[in-house]
Order: sequence, then C-alpha cells, then structure tokens
Amino acid sequence: MGILEVKNVNKRFGGLQALGDVNLSVAENSVHAIIGPNGAGKSTLLNCLVGKLIPDTGSVMFDGQSVLGRTPYEINQMGISRVFQTPEIFGDLTVMENMMIPCFAKRDGAFKLNVIRSVEGQGDIRDRAEAMLVDMNMADKRHMHAASMSRGDKRRLEIGMCLAQQPRLLLLDEPTAGMARADTNNTIDLLKQIKASRDITIVIIEHDMHVVFSLAQRITVLAQGTPLVEDVPEKIKGHPKVREAYLGESTPA
Amino acid sequence: MLGIKGKDLTLLGVVAVLALCAPFILNPFPQDSAMAQFNAGYPDLMQRFVIFGIFAVGFNILFGLTGYLSFGHAAFLGVGSYSAVWMFKLLSMNVIPAIILSVIVAGLFALLIGFISLRRSGIYFSILTLAFAQMSFNLAYSVLTPITNGETGLQLSLDDPRVLGTSVSDTGGIPVTNLFGLEMRETTTMYFGDWAFQFSNGYYFCAVLLLVSFYISIRIFRSPFGLMLRAVKSNQTRLNYTGLNTRPYTLAAFVISGMYAGLAGGLLASMDPLAGAERMQWTASGEVVLMTILGGAGTLIGPVLGAGFIKYFENIFSKINDNVLHQWFGGLPEGLENGLVWVAEHFVGSGWHLTLGLLFMLVVTFLPGGLVEGGTRIGRLIRGKTRRADEKSAQSKPAE
Repeated sequence: MGILEVKNVNKRFGGLQALGDVNLSVAENSVHAIIGPNGAGKSTLLNCLVGKLIPDTGSVMFDGQSVLGRTPYEINQMGISRVFQTPEIFGDLTVMENMMIPCFAKRDGAFKLNVIRSVEGQGDIRDRAEAMLVDMNMADKRHMHAASMSRGDKRRLEIGMCLAQQPRLLLLDEPTAGMARADTNNTIDLLKQIKASRDITIVIIEHDMHVVFSLAQRITVLAQGTPLVEDVPEKIKGHPKVREAYLGESTPA
Repeated sequence: MLGIKGKDLTLLGVVAVLALCAPFILNPFPQDSAMAQFNAGYPDLMQRFVIFGIFAVGFNILFGLTGYLSFGHAAFLGVGSYSAVWMFKLLSMNVIPAIILSVIVAGLFALLIGFISLRRSGIYFSILTLAFAQMSFNLAYSVLTPITNGETGLQLSLDDPRVLGTSVSDTGGIPVTNLFGLEMRETTTMYFGDWAFQFSNGYYFCAVLLLVSFYISIRIFRSPFGLMLRAVKSNQTRLNYTGLNTRPYTLAAFVISGMYAGLAGGLLASMDPLAGAERMQWTASGEVVLMTILGGAGTLIGPVLGAGFIKYFENIFSKINDNVLHQWFGGLPEGLENGLVWVAEHFVGSGWHLTLGLLFMLVVTFLPGGLVEGGTRIGRLIRGKTRRADEKSAQSKPAE
C-alpha cells in the first residue's frame, strides 16, 4: 500500500475525456515521475490530487485518508505540498517573509488571528525560516523582494517554502520548465539533495527526460488520459509503447 | 516602547504631535488677515480631519493590506452614527456607551456583508459591497424610517427617555453630549496677539481615539496576521497551497475595518448628535477610497494625510468665492482681473471638486504611492544632496 493511492479516476471536461481510469500507486519515500506528451492529462491528474479539481469518479487516498471533497489548504495541511509550473511565490514580500509564512502555517494551522504579537517577536518562526533559507542556499537574499529574483531563485524559494512545512508528499509540476540547462542541473542537484536529507515522497511531472531519468525511481507514462505503462526508468527508456506515444513510431508487428 | 520600535514609533510620535498641536498648526495666519480663510484650526473642521483619519486608517487595513477594494464602507460609518444617536436617545448623553455600541453594531454589520461579499474577489467584490451599501442607504432613507427617521435624519428630542441621564437639561433644552460630564462642544479660545487658537474637548477626544486607532493599526501591520493579509494581496494561490485559509483572514480584516468605520461614525454623532442616510451614500464610500489612495494605500500614515488633505479642500477651497478672488487679483488691470477670476472661480467654491480631481489625477499618475511616496522622494532628494555634498567635502579634504 503506497502513501498515495489513485484508483479508477475519471475526469471529463465536456466532450473531452481528460483522465480515463487512472490507477496510480506511489510508494512511500520514493521518487515517482509522471510523463507523457502534451495533453496527456498530467496536470489534470495533479490538480485532482491537490483539490483544485474533483474527479468525476474514483478515489484518491493519501496515507489512508481520502482527499476528495477537501479544499487545497486542507489537503496541504494533511501533508501534501505543491510546486507550480511557474513559481507561485509572494512577489511583493521579501524572501524572508516568504519563508516565514509556511512556518506560520505549520505552527498555527489554517487560520489564527494573531494580532497581539509582532512578526519580529516570533523567534521560533524566524529561526526555522532562517534555517530553511540556509538549507536552500539563499540566506544572502533574505531582504530581497521575491519578485525581483531570477527564475531559478524563485523556483528554489518555492521549493524551500514547500519543504518548510515538512510535507510528506511533494508534488512538482514541471519544475524545470523554461529554465536554462545550468538552472535545470542545479534544480536536479537540489532535488537529489532534498531527497537524500529527509524522508519525503516526491511525485514529479516533467517533460524533460534528462530530469526524469536523473531523479525518478519509478515512472508512469500517461497518454490520452490513461496510464500506458509503469515501470523502473531502465525499462521505460526502451519500451515500445512509450516510443510510440512520444515519437509516433509504429511498433514493429 | 508600546511593543513597536524604530520608524513605527517615530511615525506614531509624528501623528501624536500633529494631532495634539493641530489647533496651532492649522491656524498659521492671524485672525483678521486676508489669509485667515486658509486657517483650518476650528473645532468642527479639526474633528472632521481626525474622524475621517480614523475612517481611512481602518479602510487601509482592508484595502492597503489585502487589496480588497470595498466600495461600501460608508454603510458602516452610517450604521455607527445611527447606533450612537440611539444610545443618546435611550441611555444617556455620555459618548462612551454610544461609541462602544457603534463599534459593535458596525462590526456585526460588516461580518454579515463581508461574509457574503468575500465569496468573490476583485471587481465583483467591489460591486457587491457597493450594492450592499446602496441597499443600506435606501433602507435607511425609506424602508427603515421607524429606526432611521428617513430623510429627515435621526435627531434627539426632548421626550427621549435617556434612562441613565435626563431627558431635558437644566435650561430646558436637549442635553449635550459629554464624557462623564465633560461637554464635547466646550471650547476654550486662547489669544496670542492677533492669533486665536481654539481648543475643544470634542476635538481632543477624537484626537486621542485617532492615536489609539493608529497605534492599533501599526500593531496589525506588524503582526503575523498583517503578514498574512499582505500575502493575500500578493498571491492567494500560494497561500491556499501553503495550507492557509484566506477567507477568515480577509473576513477578519473586513470586520476590523468595518469597526474602524463604526468608530468614526459614532464619533461624528458624538460631536453632533444627528445621523442622516446621506452618510451612507456611495459618494461617501468613494471619498474614503480617494483619501486612502491619495495619501498612499498600504502605508501607515498615508490615509491620515489623505483624509486631512481632502477634508481641507472640501472645507477651505469650497469657501473661496469670486468676491475673494476679486480681492486677490484686485491690483491687476480690470480686463486681466476679470479673466483670471473667471478662470480661477471654476476651481474654487463649488468647483473645488475639479481641483481635487486634477490633483488626484496628478498624484495617481506621477506618484502612484500617494503623498507618502512624494514625501519619501523629497526626503531622498534632500538626503542625496547632502550625501553628495559630504562626499565632495570628503574628496576635497585630502587635496588640501
């Protein structure tokens, strides 16, 4: 039984069957990649996991509990964090403030009317945010406006903010989309380092095969909303069905 | 000190000095001089400065921090005024219970309106609040006449019960509002040569409440709650995916700013115990938006400045008529004089809105951060110049 169990999930948008009978089991503490051509339903599947979309049928269980019918913030509080394709950070705030918000969310829950204390006086939150910034190698940028940083730094900050909540499952939606090769390699190293230093399950959606094969322990290939194959990377590379879905090669009869 | 420090403490100090010395600062011209009409240091007007300052400071907690633009805040101001006047009618002429009730009722009303309006954001939220405010205005104007006394407005009368006070004062009139016996309208005038400075109890009562409101707003800005509100403005998606529920945060901000508006409404009624429906009209809601943006939305002191600025224009510029203009331009040849007066009279008197509109356009275009940004720029300019001068002198020294 994996930490994330997706069973018979279907999702329709009008006449388009975006997801058809998706089954997925992600083992705890593994790195699981979901790949597939454009329009394969990768992002739809991810949105079903975080509560942005509700599947028409089927079930999504995280650690034995259903996530269906919960709002994104409730699902996050269960221990699922999400990194977006374009970094979603608090652009108007400083890097330090960005990092403190998930620390507050972890400590105080979904809502707390904390007007008596000052942010300055929250030593524990400061320490945790500071430690996370050091971890992410961003301590020197703490007073910068988040919006003024480079794409790679924004990505790094976003991942750091997710980790500050100590999630059990980290979902990454094309984390290297639109990045230069050097930034991509940095991100790969960062993710490897994250995986090595803590107990965390990572589900990654990616286009870039270089990233997928450097990180994933298991790969699911989606095509037209249905999983084609699921296997270890070595087997996926040469799999005829994958080549067909990706490259349009016809399988030799 | 007081749990705030550095710049915030300085700012609180500046507001305190401005508020407490306002009778002097706003009366720079001798009583009988030609410039005396620019004096704003009389109690009625000063009270308006600080009351609308409170209103704008509260509005800024919602708009400045969360970015939710409410177009219906006057409804809370009106509700506050009605509550206060009812308290004067039923309980006593002491302003404290009246103000407490204003704040509570406005808070509850804001809770109701906020709960419904905050289901939407952006322009839809603004329109919903506007609709609610207009609805409240119309209810107050006609449907709820038994409570609001319709278009006449709610006033005190001699047969009001006033359980804890007296229905009729010793002189046979309607008793006046007071703070445990200290009459709000009581004014002392001090003469220094040609200058006359007026100190009114009512003004100082309002000023103290402005300071308290301003202090609370600083604390909110610097609290974890304030940080969350700024995060709401910056990126709601990230906030949701960080396990935080935005709705209660925005609702709390909405209710707090509604309570500020209620306090302002209660104070208006405490200074002059009557309440009319026009206080809830959409123009009044628009005015507080203008004040906040003009002063600098999201800054601490901006709304106070904006409120003072607009109220000054409303009361001083609107009093300049063509007689005054003829006096000013009297020394010029008659044709030129008439021409200048003809041009200028469109910008003063009843045309003061035109001047305000132009100023607003200029500020929004060239100083998007409002008057506060203007101040910072000037400050930087001066500091930049002195620094450059310092550098120059430092450079020239070794050469000597």
